Amino acid sequence: MALLQGRFIDNIGRVYTLYTGGFLAFILLMALLEQFGVGADTIGILFVAFTIGIYALIGWLSRTMEVDAYYVAGRQVPAVYNGMATAADWMSGASFVALAGGVYFGGYGYMAFIVGWTGGYVLVNSLMAPYLRKFGCYTVPDFIGTRYGGNLARLCAVIVLVVASFTYVTAQINATGTIAARALHIPFSWGVWFGLLGILLCSMLGGMRAVTWTQVAQYIVLIVAYLVPVIWMSNVQGFGLIPHFTYGDAASTMAQLEAQFGLNPPAEAIPGLSVLTTPHTGPVGDYAEWRFITLALVMMCGTASLPHILMRYFTTPTVRAARKSVAWSLLFIFLLYFTAPALATLTKLQLLDPSLPTAIIGKPFEEVASLAWIQNWASVGFLAIADQNGDGILQLNEFFMRPDIVVLATPEIAGLPYVISGLVAAGGMAAAMSTADGLLLAIANALSHDLYYKMIDPKADTAVRLVVARILLLGIGALAALIASLQLTGILGAVAWAFCFAASGLFFPLCLGVWWKRANRAGAVAGMAAGFTAGTLYLYYVYTGGTPWFGLDHLRFGIVGMAVSLVSMVVVTLLTPAPDEEIQRMVEETRVPTGPSILSDQH
Amino acid sequence: MSANNADDVRDRYWAKTRNLTIVVLTLWAFFALVVPAMVSTLDQYTFLGFPLGYYMIAQGSLLAFVIIIWVQNWRQDAIDDEFGFGEEDE
Repeated sequence: MALLQGRFIDNIGRVYTLYTGGFLAFILLMALLEQFGVGADTIGILFVAFTIGIYALIGWLSRTMEVDAYYVAGRQVPAVYNGMATAADWMSGASFVALAGGVYFGGYGYMAFIVGWTGGYVLVNSLMAPYLRKFGCYTVPDFIGTRYGGNLARLCAVIVLVVASFTYVTAQINATGTIAARALHIPFSWGVWFGLLGILLCSMLGGMRAVTWTQVAQYIVLIVAYLVPVIWMSNVQGFGLIPHFTYGDAASTMAQLEAQFGLNPPAEAIPGLSVLTTPHTGPVGDYAEWRFITLALVMMCGTASLPHILMRYFTTPTVRAARKSVAWSLLFIFLLYFTAPALATLTKLQLLDPSLPTAIIGKPFEEVASLAWIQNWASVGFLAIADQNGDGILQLNEFFMRPDIVVLATPEIAGLPYVISGLVAAGGMAAAMSTADGLLLAIANALSHDLYYKMIDPKADTAVRLVVARILLLGIGALAALIASLQLTGILGAVAWAFCFAASGLFFPLCLGVWWKRANRAGAVAGMAAGFTAGTLYLYYVYTGGTPWFGLDHLRFGIVGMAVSLVSMVVVTLLTPAPDEEIQRMVEETRVPTGPSILSDQH
Repeated sequence: MSANNADDVRDRYWAKTRNLTIVVLTLWAFFALVVPAMVSTLDQYTFLGFPLGYYMIAQGSLLAFVIIIWVQNWRQDAIDDEFGFGEEDE
């Protein structure tokens, strides 16, 4: 296996070039099959099955029984590939499937997610990644436990990590279920378990090493699947060759269309589906700017404290490579995020603009009801039209849609060939699976390494540790799928909560652990416990109907948690003695890129 | 004496790294926090046909983040090399 690994690293460029070529050839083959009259359903199934098969194959080829390979992929992932893997790890079902839909319905206010989920990487690069890499930890609680010392600090970090990541992973499994349900024509609850199976195939045998190499493959699929439909649509509909630079007028004319059709709430709401009521380009309502900034800020700080992202930077060979791979990550992520608002704008325009053949708003109701894409999505309950004012014309507030399906339905709305819909389904699947893999691994690793090995049984040998890690992976995955099948919240909402949990509990203890030598154990424990508790209580308060303070609703509860965390960490630290000489030297050592890492390879 | 010297090098290295980080975080705060705060003002101008404020949120700030990180790494590598903490690239 070691021999194969070495050969693989040397040939990595060629392997992934071949893979990309193969994937493009597969798309062409599917397009040909469609021309020869193969049904849309078959093409959808082939797309999803083929890509998952590839990931499973990579997962199997990367199986390992070595601790270093299982936890940190042997610390030999080159910066560019780690950047791709991080991008796939990062861009979840929420980014791929739900974000453009959120912008479609939520308008300008939802673009705070776009700013937050890119700007966060500046914090990762400046405050966290290089220093954690130098530290040489296997998991994020490993850093907290060693820097501050003591099992209590480690345990607090494990709890925050598990709650944040678990919230996040249920949203991802929800996304895989949504896609599988539509692409494979199975009920949502089966789709969830099908998605979990695919996810576990990638991570069970090879841990971080397998997840790394499947995530690179998944990034390639998801970015192709996101960009191709938007660019194709733009060319078919005459918005320009590269829509990103040319949709400015579309964004400007949106206001006229909104005025023409009226942004009114529906006469009778349909549960779970939304109607467009928010203007597209500008801030609206009380505290609009403040709400935007707080959401962006909490998403950025959450980015810099989410363990499944931070642990990706533990896999690079050097500190410099860790920094470089943050830069690559953001570049790869940027490609998707600067496309999302274009997608939302163009899709909305196609439905609204009467001069386009795809427009449905303002058209006779019967004509719209007979469209194939309307019928397909309505049949699974993700879309509805209802002539509530009885005038025989489809009004804007009579068109109901689940925000999560905007991206998936766009190719059909634009009248693109079905092969594009299949591609988008495969891309969404890749996005959700890759993130779920990273999250499940973060949870299972924290429990097996920090809770089991470091706290319960420090004498456990390697084989036992890795078996424990895998059993935990299986158990947590099953639990997450069970909860996802209950469909408690939308995809985007659950993801925002995960960021808030992580930011409330982990941001300041991680950041100050490097940047403030004086920070000590009592302060860190107070920061994690008080911040996390305050955030959670505030979430409970607003979610059960309490009046939000200053417009800080349930998507932004991390702001409250972070404020409490910072204050309690600083106050408690200053009231208790400074950390001893050894810890202070450890912090100094962390700040210098060269030299041996703080934790040895076999800790 | 040599131990003192090594400490001194580290202190100067850290001071430079810290200053770079402060500059980076200031730029970050401008694009992440100040721009959204004044979006209505910016929207009075147009850029490539977009209202400027909308453009900054949809693309401009994102592009700024990418550039900030790449420039930061270029400067940080230079600081590392200056103090002899540079590493071999992989």
